[in-house]
Amino acid sequence: MVEITEETIAHLKKEATILRRHIIEMTHVVQSGHPGGSLSACDLVTALYFHVLRVDPKNPSWPDRDRFVLSKGHACPVWYAALAERGFFPVEELLTFRMIDSRLQGHPELGTTPGVENAAGAEGQGLSFSVGLALAARLDHKPWRVYCIMGDGEQDVGQTWEAAMAGAKYGLDNLTAFVDRNGIQQEGRTEDIMPLEPLMDKWRAFNWNVLTIDGHDFRQILAAIDEAHSTKGRPTVVIARTVKGKGVSFMENKIKYHGAATTPDEYTAALAELGVPP
Amino acid sequence: MTAPQPWKSESMRGYFGKALVALGKANPDLVVVGADTTESIKTVDFGKAFPERLFQVGIAEPNMMSVAAGLAAAGKIAFAATYSVFGSAHTYNVIRQNVAYTKLNVKIFCSHAGLSVGRDGATHQINEDIGLMRGLPGMTVLVPADGPETGRCAEAAVSTKGPVYCRFSRADVPTITDPGDRFEVGKATLMRDGVDITLVGCGLMVSRCLQAADALAKEKVSARVINLSTVKPLDVATLDRAARETGGIVTAEEHTVIHGIGGAVASAVVEHHPVPMAFVGVQDVFGESGEAEELFVKYGLTAAKVADAARGVMKRRGR
Ligand SMILES: Cc1ncc(C[n+]2csc(CCOP(=O)(O)OP(=O)(O)O)c2C)c(N)n1
Repeated sequence: MVEITEETIAHLKKEATILRRHIIEMTHVVQSGHPGGSLSACDLVTALYFHVLRVDPKNPSWPDRDRFVLSKGHACPVWYAALAERGFFPVEELLTFRMIDSRLQGHPELGTTPGVENAAGAEGQGLSFSVGLALAARLDHKPWRVYCIMGDGEQDVGQTWEAAMAGAKYGLDNLTAFVDRNGIQQEGRTEDIMPLEPLMDKWRAFNWNVLTIDGHDFRQILAAIDEAHSTKGRPTVVIARTVKGKGVSFMENKIKYHGAATTPDEYTAALAELGVPP
Repeated sequence: MTAPQPWKSESMRGYFGKALVALGKANPDLVVVGADTTESIKTVDFGKAFPERLFQVGIAEPNMMSVAAGLAAAGKIAFAATYSVFGSAHTYNVIRQNVAYTKLNVKIFCSHAGLSVGRDGATHQINEDIGLMRGLPGMTVLVPADGPETGRCAEAAVSTKGPVYCRFSRADVPTITDPGDRFEVGKATLMRDGVDITLVGCGLMVSRCLQAADALAKEKVSARVINLSTVKPLDVATLDRAARETGGIVTAEEHTVIHGIGGAVASAVVEHHPVPMAFVGVQDVFGESGEAEELFVKYGLTAAKVADAARGVMKRRGR
């Protein structure tokens, strides 16, 4: 296991704050989009893009790059923010999000946005797509890996479990999935809309290596990814306990901010709370 | 006929939600199945009025469709309601096998059809559902022109035997129908009479056809406007009469021109009395994020485009 330094953690925290600010700004300017689920996935995305993924911003289609798949496509503000901060396209472009003629579509579009690897919007397709990518990597004897973030609402979707069976059948140890377990979907708490628990047992029963972590603790995120890398013969799913709206206190755990941008007052308060990155 | 201008803009979902509650009172057998969008599509009000008759299945639209079919098979009138992309394309073969083939009393009511979804972008803007649904044997396909008509469609669906698909928009749309208007499945409504050309619209394009007719009137062109709120079964008689009496037809829809109402009207007209036609709608492309009205301009779904198309048809036939 690679030693994670304090410096690394501090760096990731700083990047995550920058991404959170972008999420608030992007959704505020256009008064549209999904801040809640972008904020909950922010630390996972930060860890991947700023520590784990082998990608080349100058050559987004480098064949041997790792693949990141965002299954819960509505959370694309966090993805676009990470891609911009990694240099895939100019940071200024973030403020065109959801606007006409923009490369930053309301839900990810493959082939338009540099660095985006899948189309999403309808929930529940990303894990299957990731299985396909992972099968291709294996077929070509390539070392690149596939990482996929799903929402917990996506655990309602039948296709998620079709993909789970396929991933296990083919023993895809080059595939790591995350469940952003923020406990909220569009119009309520997951356990009210469609109870998911015991979720770990479900994934175990589907023959995946199952880990559960605090999805806002970088040490735990990186350790889980490390363990996924060293697990042979089956795919890993990391159930990451997260907080919807994480980082902006009045948005945390609020169903409303699934698909609501900030008002002018909220916007000021949110940015003040996030603070200028150290 | 047409409500006087200025029209007020109203929510189609709002009328749907209200109608459903009233229908639920009158019909103890009416049930609703939802898929994590009940607030948005306003079936939540039915759920508040009749908690035991609203079933929330989560983000699981294929499940929603088959559950609705099962309820219908046991004698219920089952509404399955969500966003159009999920209530049509996403679940197409489930609808085909469990709803259409079975001829069951499932009423699929979907909001968020077409480009006017706006900023969510192409994944959510389904411009193909009318074609998909009208291709299914036995499926009744309704496309209300405004809020009040959406409510009337819900009422009509309950008294229509068998499967119904009804699609409407997320955006507020001008209320153009008259409160006294009756709605009959299979009957197109004459919104405005005219003799030089016919504009056939559905959904929010009907108001744009009326605006186009106003513009044409200034050029001494008398345009007939038809609201084709039932796409299937098609009101062939009304369309045939329009072809014979006006000698040209323009269709307008918030849908692809490949297999929407344009295709439906054209095949009926060609069979009975061919006249020149033009088709206003989304071309063979996906939409994108943007504000609804911007998208209408970019993708050619404006009243001006309808009027242009009418001028083109008249030019082709030598007026
Ligand atoms: C198939 C499908 N049905 C419905 C929707 C509408 N919708 C968008 S996001 C969402 C809830 C998402 O919940 P979750 O996956 O938990 O995302 P998060 O809470 O992390 O943002 C729903 C129902 C959709 N995008 N796809």
